[in-house]
Amino acid sequence: MLTLALLPLAVVVLGFAARQHPARVVLLAMLTAGLVALPSVSAFLELVGTQFLKARYLLVLMFALPVIAILERHGLRALAAQLVRGWKGARTGRLLLAYLALRQGSAALGLTSLGGHAQMVRPLVAPMAEAADGDKHGEPSSTAEQSLSGPAAQAPVVRIGTPPLTQGGYNGQSLLRENLTQLARNGSVKNSSEEVRALAAATDNVGLFFGEDLFLAFGAVLLMQAFFAERGIELTPLSIALWGIPTAILAFVIHGARLLWRDRRR
Amino acid sequence: MSALTPIYWLLGAYFARIAWRAWHGAAPRPRTRTAFYATLSVLFAFGDWMPAQLAGALVLLVAAIAGFWLPESTSSQSAQAADRGRSQLLWPILLIPALTVTLTLLIPKLALSWLSGANVAVVALVVACGTALPLALAITRERAMHAIDAGGDLFEAIGWAAMLPLLLAVLGSVFAAAGVGDALATLLGAWLPLDVRWVAVIAYGLGMALLTMLMGNAFAAFPVIAGGIGLPFLVNVHGADPAPLAAIGMLSGYCGTLLTPMAANFNLVPVALLDLKDRYAVIRAQVPTALPLLACNLILIGVLCFR
Repeated sequence: MLTLALLPLAVVVLGFAARQHPARVVLLAMLTAGLVALPSVSAFLELVGTQFLKARYLLVLMFALPVIAILERHGLRALAAQLVRGWKGARTGRLLLAYLALRQGSAALGLTSLGGHAQMVRPLVAPMAEAADGDKHGEPSSTAEQSLSGPAAQAPVVRIGTPPLTQGGYNGQSLLRENLTQLARNGSVKNSSEEVRALAAATDNVGLFFGEDLFLAFGAVLLMQAFFAERGIELTPLSIALWGIPTAILAFVIHGARLLWRDRRR
Repeated sequence: MSALTPIYWLLGAYFARIAWRAWHGAAPRPRTRTAFYATLSVLFAFGDWMPAQLAGALVLLVAAIAGFWLPESTSSQSAQAADRGRSQLLWPILLIPALTVTLTLLIPKLALSWLSGANVAVVALVVACGTALPLALAITRERAMHAIDAGGDLFEAIGWAAMLPLLLAVLGSVFAAAGVGDALATLLGAWLPLDVRWVAVIAYGLGMALLTMLMGNAFAAFPVIAGGIGLPFLVNVHGADPAPLAAIGMLSGYCGTLLTPMAANFNLVPVALLDLKDRYAVIRAQVPTALPLLACNLILIGVLCFR
């Protein structure tokens, strides 16, 4: 029984290790767990159905999509990028550090909806971080000629005889040009813009996770209190939230240092 | 009928519209996509009125379509404007979080019997989006249906990744019912010399991170690890202070959340939203933060629980 109950975990580990499709891994793990432990097919289906219906609220972000999509079609992300180009001394790391502080601080006050990947990161934070990164590369926003500076000055200069492309941000030609710039710089095509976007999403997660736990009425705090109360140990929500502070500070310091270090490296 | 039922009707209608467009559109695999979104539409709109077993069977169908037949997430950046927009475009996008927060704080003050707890945040977000949409339409001078279809295209571009958090929530419950976590905690307890204090500290912190990675959720891992290692060994045998033990243990679990594809809404959905080529790009970006932080947590547990 002990080893059989571990079988679904093995499915999860092996499935992701073999880089199988996540939905396939989840389906297979679900069926394995049901097969191993649940009394009947009917009980299994009932559990799956009930839990799915309870989880439907997770898709509530769909309501934000029409707003975001229509604004993006009218140039929202190019606007966000343009805003950042107007700020002197804008750097990807510094910008994301400010977002980290905002996200973590507001989450600690229970305001977890001031952020999120669909509402904030995709339309605003990621384009801003990318624009700050582009400027640091010395990419001119008004001419097509590349002016490389610093240690990369000896590298071959890439010229593409096309009109300015940086404002669109995402079209194929600007991507191509970015790759060529990277090629000239590092001798390898490494998509820096891809890395910046991933870092923006990571910053949102770190800020949310290590902020929300300081909020007294947050589910995790109440869950911990209830767990110990059931077993005869009384803890106040305040004491649990306060003991989260050292880790929250360390999370901010570690992730923040990484962000600033990224600025210095370039 | 809960306060969220009308919201699920709207979502069901939204999915029906996406299914209809998938059927009539020119994109590849129209039948697969129509089946996927039509099944979702039925589950969302009529889930409360069907036998739970039928809903469960439909969920398995959705998971199978997503895993085996649905096309990979497509590029969601196709319809970008080349020019930057006017600065009014920022208002609707900032209105959504601002109004959501305001409503989350205001609604509980009304003390409505039919709307409380976790539902408040959901309703607040829906109302905020419903207010931002007409504003966005006025600024862009677009028709409502055009915006809704643009949102539908965006959802299709995210594709199966958007459904994964729901499937993982189900998986967590099935795991809990099957006693998967308990089996792992029992196994750890049987193999490790937990009467040595530092072994117990490391088993607790790493166990939280590991089980969270496997189950995708620190909330599910906490009762298992705190009940299997934290309480019997660290508190009862070694005399650890339970308050820091609980708090830092949960945050060790959060380090695990940063490292696992099982936490799909945090680690896989943004990959699709930001059009990243590497499926694990966000996790990769989080590893250099999560691992040092986990090590710090182990030290903090060792120091702060045994003052």
